[in-house]
Formats: sequence, C-alpha cells, structure tokens
Amino acid sequence: MSDTPTTEQLTAWVTRFAELVREHRDELTALDSAIGDADHGSNMDRGMTAVVAAVTEAPPADPAALLKKTGATLVSKVGGASGPLYGTLFLRMAGAVEEGFAPALRAGFEGVLARGKAEPGDKTMVDALGPACDVLDAGGSLAEAAQAAADGRDATVPLVARKGRASYLGERSAGHADPGATSTAYLLQAAAETLS
Amino acid sequence: MKKLINDPADVVADALRGMAAAHPRLRVDHENRVVFRGDAPVQGKVGLVSGGGAGHEPMHGGFVGPGMLDAACAGEVFTSPVPYQMVAATQGVDGGAGVLHIVKNYTGDVMNFEMAAELVAAESGTEVVTVVVDDDVAVQDSLYTAGRRGVGTTVLLEKIVGAAAAEGRPLAAVADLARRIDDSGRSMGMALTSCTVPAAGKPTFDLPEGEMEIGIGIHGEPGRRRVPIAPAREVAAMLVEPILADHAFTDGVICFVNGLGGTPLIELYVVYAEVAAILEESGIGIARSLVGPYMTSLEMAGCSVTLLQADDELLRLWDAPVDTPGLRWGA
Repeated sequence: MSDTPTTEQLTAWVTRFAELVREHRDELTALDSAIGDADHGSNMDRGMTAVVAAVTEAPPADPAALLKKTGATLVSKVGGASGPLYGTLFLRMAGAVEEGFAPALRAGFEGVLARGKAEPGDKTMVDALGPACDVLDAGGSLAEAAQAAADGRDATVPLVARKGRASYLGERSAGHADPGATSTAYLLQAAAETLS
Repeated sequence: MKKLINDPADVVADALRGMAAAHPRLRVDHENRVVFRGDAPVQGKVGLVSGGGAGHEPMHGGFVGPGMLDAACAGEVFTSPVPYQMVAATQGVDGGAGVLHIVKNYTGDVMNFEMAAELVAAESGTEVVTVVVDDDVAVQDSLYTAGRRGVGTTVLLEKIVGAAAAEGRPLAAVADLARRIDDSGRSMGMALTSCTVPAAGKPTFDLPEGEMEIGIGIHGEPGRRRVPIAPAREVAAMLVEPILADHAFTDGVICFVNGLGGTPLIELYVVYAEVAAILEESGIGIARSLVGPYMTSLEMAGCSVTLLQADDELLRLWDAPVDTPGLRWGA
C-alpha cells in the first residue's frame, strides 16, 4: 500500500487494533505469564482503550496528529517495555506518514529497533514487525504483510529470548510465542482489515 | 489475598498519601506520583532522580531527602513509571547544576528513563546524565540476556552519590562516582516465599513448602536454581560465594544484608553473622554494614547480600549525614 492513509482510515485501524487487543487480552496475558510478568494483555488493553477514548473525544486533524496522539497516549498509559516500544512505533510513523503507510511503518520499525536494541531472532515484536515491513517494501499487500507478521509470531515459539524479562529464563523461554510479536501480529491484522 | 489495602487499584496513590502525611518535609506530587524533598530544587546542587515500580519500599521514595535523592517516581506495583513522571521529577529538581538519573537495569525502566531524557533534552536546557545499576550476579551478563538486574547496590549508590552531590560536586564527577560504585558492587538474593501483587490477587510464582529459590529477582524473576531449604549458614554461602567468584573483593567492604519484606530482622542478623564469618575466613574485612529491609519485594520472605568495595572516599561519603524516611544518621 503506497497511498497515504486518511485520518479516518487510521482511526479505524487503531480502533480495530484496540478491539483485537481486548478480544485477545487473556491470550496475551497467558503468553506473558509463561515467559514474562503477566501484564502484556492488561497493559495493552488499558493503553489502547485510552487511545480510542482520546481520538474519539477530540478527533485529530490529520494522519500525523492521529498517530502522534496514539503514540503519546501509549507512552503515558502502558508503562513497562511495551509503552515505550509501541509509543515509539506510532510516534515515528507520524513523522513519515505523508510518504505512505509502508514508509511510515518502516520508520516506526526503525524506531522500535533503536529503542529496544533487539535484533531479529531475539524473540520480540521485531520478529513480527520486520517481516511485515519487508513485504510492504517489496510491494506486497497488507493482507500479505499481516500473514508475514503472523508467520513471524509463530516462528518465535522455539526461540530462546534474548531481550526483556523473558531473557532471565534462558532456555526455559523456548516453547511459547512471544507476547509482543503476538500483539504486533494483531496490529497488522487490523491494518489489513481497515486500510486495504 | 490478605492485605492492608483499600482498593487494589489505589494502593500506590494511597501509600503516597500516607508518605505525604507522615513526612511533612517531603513534597508529594500526587498527579505525577513523584516524591520530592521539600526544598527542591536546591540551587547549585546536582539533582538526583530515581524511580521504579512500587512494591520495593522504602526504595525509592523513602530515600528522598537531604544527603540522598532529590526526587523519586513511583510506577504501579512492579511496573516502571512512565516518561512524563520522570520529566516532572527532573524539572522539579533542576537547580542549575544538571540532573543524574539513577536507573535499575530492567528493560522497562531503562526505556522509560531514556524517553524521559530525550523529552527533557527537547523541552529544556537541563543537562541529564543516566547511570544504570546492574549488580545482580544471579544473571549471566551477556549479549543473550537483558543484562544484570539492578538490586542492592542501588541503595548504597543512592546514599554515597547523594553525599557527593550534597558536597557540591559537578554532574560529571557525580556520574563517574555512581559508575564506579556500580562497577564495585555485587549482589545475590534468595526467596523462601513468593509475593502477591495486589492487582493480580494471587502469588507471582509458586514456591512449594520446603523449597527456596536462589538468585531470585526483586519482582520474583527466576533465579539460578531451586533447592530444598537449608540452614542459614548454607544459604549465606550460596549467596556470598557467587559474589566473591564474580569480583575480586579485598579488605574493607560495605556489607549489606537486605530483607525482602517478609523476613524479620532476627533472621537477617542470623544471616549477617554467617556472611561476616565467611568474609572473615576470606580475609575481607567489613568496614561498614547495613542490615534491614531497604529494597523489598512486597511481602516476599528472603534476603539478599550486597558487597561494595569501599575506600576512604566512599566510607567518608557513606558516613556523611543523611536525612530521609528510610535512612537517617548524622542529621
């Protein structure tokens, strides 16, 4: 998708992401309790609920303002590592959204890499977000990008975590999908459903 | 869950109201959940800001006052505070000499403090330097983990660096001292029981009767191994030996036996006696000691041992007056 999304489309995207997070809150928390501190579902639900409230109460004027509002709200409401990581993703997207969705997502991804210092294969959200960006950059559709993110999430199952609290578990972190990669797969699913 | 609380959602806010009521010389910003020393900002002095998830009291809010921290941000229980809290704390303690952020090495804390420093840089001329404390020898320090966790050395660092800032040292010197202390301090902890985060309502992990976790983190992160409970002298050895294996300590250390919240002082002294005996056998004299619950993990039963290699300068700063709810002498 190379067109610049409209404010309405992006609002629909974050709203759908909030719904998916709400629907899968217990799944995200269960994944996080296996290898982390059992708060990813509730933290992301709290953050995305606040995002939807914020953009509904005072609808932002343009795509950049919508993304900035989303990022700032996540930073202030989520806490832990997910707040800065998802917050940075949306804040960096705001700076590049005029060029289109794919360049914006790439900019957001680079922000996540810089903030979290994770590399592909560390068992983090990078493993879902990176493949999705690659598909979009190669001219693929949002549906294909969402599939790449879901495949990336599935590929985190056998990995040993090298970042975040899960890394303290060492070998014991293998055998579970990464919660951050899982929520990122829902982010791309929401994009495919609302921006295509 | 049996706890002395009102609503689990209000625990942190209610505790901050209690701190404000009990310690009128502190100023509590309830909206941003920041504890300030009452006279902040102190003109010409480097401001010291720390913070982290709640549940470790007296750390960090209880270490705010003359001779130690200027401000501390409280997150939800065991959850990092968010950048806007740290920005409010930083701006509130800037007396013109810059601000030091003291951050324990947890992924969330490090990222949120990093964003706060970027926001401060973008919004004001305040100079911020960050020091990350990572002293937990239970964690392998490698590219394959988030690095060592920040534990007991944090308390000793905040005291000593607080004294250095009170002497009027510049920001670069205060930060160098903080890094030197982090390099010379090592800790290792153990748990006899789990703890219950109020919002979760059930124990963070399951630790069967008769077992203990060696190398536990202060949020219940897994340790090195789970073993049958043993006499205090064996537990002390399990904690001290990895510390001595990790760093070449010599005569003259600060020895800190910390309670995790659910262990009484009498047991901490039992442990201290064993730790002191091991150090004596190893030819490591104890120059100063600290025994008590200073960095807790809610009601977890257990303890941690921290050794900090001291010298005359560090000991003089350690002995300098401090006047906070959690640590107070000479004042």
